[in-house]
Amino acid sequence: MLRFEGDITSTSREAVLGSYEALDKVMVKRIVLDFSKVPYLNSSGIALVIQLMLEARKVGQKVECFGLTAHFVKVFTMVGLAKYTRMHATEADARAAT
Amino acid sequence: MTGVPIKTELRLPSRLGFEKVAMNTAASVAGLMGFSAARIDDLKTAVAEACINAIEHGNQLDASQTVLVELSVLDDNSLEVRVVDQGPGLPPPEEIAIPDIDAKMAGLQDVRGMGMFLIRALVDEAEWVSCQPSGSYARLVIHLDPHLAHRN
Repeated sequence: MLRFEGDITSTSREAVLGSYEALDKVMVKRIVLDFSKVPYLNSSGIALVIQLMLEARKVGQKVECFGLTAHFVKVFTMVGLAKYTRMHATEADARAAT
Repeated sequence: MTGVPIKTELRLPSRLGFEKVAMNTAASVAGLMGFSAARIDDLKTAVAEACINAIEHGNQLDASQTVLVELSVLDDNSLEVRVVDQGPGLPPPEEIAIPDIDAKMAGLQDVRGMGMFLIRALVDEAEWVSCQPSGSYARLVIHLDPHLAHRN
């Protein structure tokens, strides 16, 4: 699980991609992104999330997320991310899903 | 909020992060007008994206230039936000591309570049105007009464 805190913007490259790069690409098959403490993402931040998902996809990792506000679930859906990630409401939902 | 036209102006430095000042001010004005929480969230994101465009692309992150944000209550039903930069401006877009997530996920398209799409999708009216030599602006409008929305 990757937990994020605070806004995700163009300055969040290390927080988003850096934390992903620290994961074992072979052993970790499912990644869950925790957005429950992220009040705001701008389009640059969303681009970083897409970059993470793109990199994960290259090595066969599945990426899911939880904790997005209703607004950002809508924004993620608008840009097409619902096709590439499951957006759970809560951490419990994410943990229950397999 | 009736009668006298109501206008609020902000002058932001061309530094990323200051778009949050405009976001929160727009949210406050929209709240006073009676917009729903969901609609206010839409406006906040759209205003942020417009300010970021102005800071990054319009003013090229030049600390000597400012971004003017003008919020105008129109006829008690609509809130107009103009985000004005001092840069040369991009040609007004004829068409805003819908992000191609498949192309982005395949590494065939830049993962960035969704700001204008989000602006257009989240507000009722959006236009970009170049007004040289003084700069350019983005004009965003949201309507309380959806029947007054004129999507363009």
